[in-house]
Amino acid sequence: MLQIKVKILYNKKIKVNYFHLVLRIPKIAKDSLPGQFFNIKVSDTCEPLLRRPLSIHRVKGTNIEFLYEVVGRATQILSQRRPGEYLDVIGPLGNGFNLTPNTYNLTPILVAGGIGVAPLLFLADKLAYSVERRAYRKNKKFKLSAKRYPLNALVLIGAKSTGQVLRKKEFKALGCEVKIATDDASEGFKGKVTELLKNILPLAISHKPLAIYACGPRPMLKEIIRISKKYNIPTQVSLEEHMACGIGACLGCVMNTKEGFKRVCKEGPVFNGDEIIWVGKEEVG
Amino acid sequence: MVDLRIKIGELKLKNPVMVASGAFGYAEEFKDFMNLKELGAIVTKTITLKPRQGNPAPRTCETPAGMLNSIGLENPGLEVFIREKLPLLLKIGPPIIVSIASESGPEEFVELARKVDKIKEIAAIELNISCPNIRGKPLLISQDPKATYGVVRGVRRVTSKTLITKLSPNVTFIADIAKATEAAGTDAVSLINTITAMSIDVKTRKPKIASLTGGLSGPAIRPVAVRMVWEVNQKIKIPIIGMGGIMDTPSAVEFIIAGATAISVGTANFINPRVSIEIIKGIKKYLQENNINSINELIGSIRC
Ligand SMILES: Cc1cc2nc3c(=O)[nH]c(=O)nc-3n(C[C@H](O)[C@H](O)[C@H](O)COP(=O)(O)OP(=O)(O)OC[C@H]3O[C@@H](n4cnc5c(N)ncnc54)[C@H](O)[C@@H]3O)c2cc1C
Ligand SMILES: Cc1cc2nc3c(=O)[nH]c(=O)nc-3n(C[C@H](O)[C@H](O)[C@H](O)COP(=O)(O)O)c2cc1C
Ligand code: FES
Repeated sequence: MLQIKVKILYNKKIKVNYFHLVLRIPKIAKDSLPGQFFNIKVSDTCEPLLRRPLSIHRVKGTNIEFLYEVVGRATQILSQRRPGEYLDVIGPLGNGFNLTPNTYNLTPILVAGGIGVAPLLFLADKLAYSVERRAYRKNKKFKLSAKRYPLNALVLIGAKSTGQVLRKKEFKALGCEVKIATDDASEGFKGKVTELLKNILPLAISHKPLAIYACGPRPMLKEIIRISKKYNIPTQVSLEEHMACGIGACLGCVMNTKEGFKRVCKEGPVFNGDEIIWVGKEEVG
Repeated sequence: MVDLRIKIGELKLKNPVMVASGAFGYAEEFKDFMNLKELGAIVTKTITLKPRQGNPAPRTCETPAGMLNSIGLENPGLEVFIREKLPLLLKIGPPIIVSIASESGPEEFVELARKVDKIKEIAAIELNISCPNIRGKPLLISQDPKATYGVVRGVRRVTSKTLITKLSPNVTFIADIAKATEAAGTDAVSLINTITAMSIDVKTRKPKIASLTGGLSGPAIRPVAVRMVWEVNQKIKIPIIGMGGIMDTPSAVEFIIAGATAISVGTANFINPRVSIEIIKGIKKYLQENNINSINELIGSIRC
């Protein structure tokens, strides 16, 4: 974990309100894990005062990429920062997705709601890379290539409308099968991505043991955990909570779990589905 | 060489920069960012007798040049604190000041103080009689001079450690409260704690934090805090630890000029985790540039 001023290499709108930010962070890039985040100071002033957490979207060499949605003041200011300018960042923070050797025996299903795509592309990339390394170890004749060994994963992306579907191409390039759900039926399944998941699970589970990884709005995560429990599928979700410090010091970002309150920024942001106890605002929706 | 050493009660600090209760975790969270040894002192998160779960989330939100929090004094309780957190804190080096609060009446303050007093390595006690985040308590002890006097007096009787009393800004005349604590035998006062405040999401019409109201901190409260330090300094003789929105060297120096012997950094730690170390260096430089030999010459040197 480092606090460091880094140069903006790229910061452009990709569609609607979604921006792609690339920072050069040589010292940290290779130690970053999927699910971890950076806490970013978007201005040098007191407006806004606090840093803002953004998940690592992808790591390429010494570059760390972010995918963010402009939703308020800080993200608005960030979207106006230009390449060549510097940002003060702290990271990588938190615990990422827990990938054990057994993980690779399970077929991953990645479920993203809206901007929830952000951490899942890095996860898919890491999974694909590991699959490739394992194939290489088994059969030395297999060439390690710049192009990833096809990842046998299913990616479900939910969005309001086809214009807001993010990173479909990138997931496909990794070999993932991608299915889309849109609220307005402009692409793929009409309805919630959780409905889509419900529809495909019975068949998918009969073929192979599965693992679910999800990121998105709370009601979506809550529903996914409910569904996965029925099928006994191990599920990890990346959660959001309002953060002041991002380093575990203020106790501001707690989530209720079976072991009491845990800090989303320190013990999370990735949690096992079955450890979360939903209370309060999560009941909505 | 300029002299940064100050004294609070019996407590000698190598420099006047401390980190504020609740805004520095248990220090370990900051070890990657700075050399913790350089700090003047470390004040712990407020500890209660029994463990406290704290309030539901969301517990924080941003406001113009500030933030609201209502953590609700989440802490593992005195026993676990002493067993699991304190040893690591003591290893760091700077004096450890343990902040304590009662969940019930004054008796619990006395009981806590008695227990903390037994631990030789703890440098001082800070009485948090001003935390606004305990529900069902309309009036804080620190809002009533008589109650304040009673608590401080009771604690003073059971401890010979340096005793600091932390004051709430949510009062009409803060100097009156400060005088009561001085009369009761506190060695120093620290001010200010957060200002009770509220923020509403106009889209949903819901308060932005779960406990509806919370404590405002950060640069937004600095002018209020400076004014209170200045007012209190005119009414008491004991040292003041000033805090509230200190973000950098100029804002730290502002408090010292207003009358603070030491300063404490809170919210700024969240934004720049190594800011307290930068402030120590900055104060040194300020003194050199202004041909001041000792920090003590700067304290209360306001010209008006
Ligand atoms: C671990 C973590 C990783 C994240 N990763 C990404 C990411 O990769 N891409 C992305 O676009 N966003 C991500 N977010 C959310 C992002 O941090 C918020 O959208 C951002 O802080 C909003 O700041 P703002 O000033 O623009 O909006 P504000 O004006 O502060 O808020 C706009 C709206 O967003 C809500 N909000 C503010 N902060 C948070 C927060 N920390 N968590 C949840 N809701 C919040 C507010 O309640 C309000 O409704 C992540 C959040 C966390 C906790
Ligand atoms: C997240 C947070 C938690 C806090 N917890 C405590 C606490 O446990 N005990 C206490 O006496 N003050 C607590 N405070 C108040 C600070 O110690 C300090 O008095 C106040 O925030 C003003 O200083 P600042 O503007 O520099 O933050 C807390 C403040 C914040 C922001
Ligand atoms: S944001 Fe401060 S503890 Fe998580």
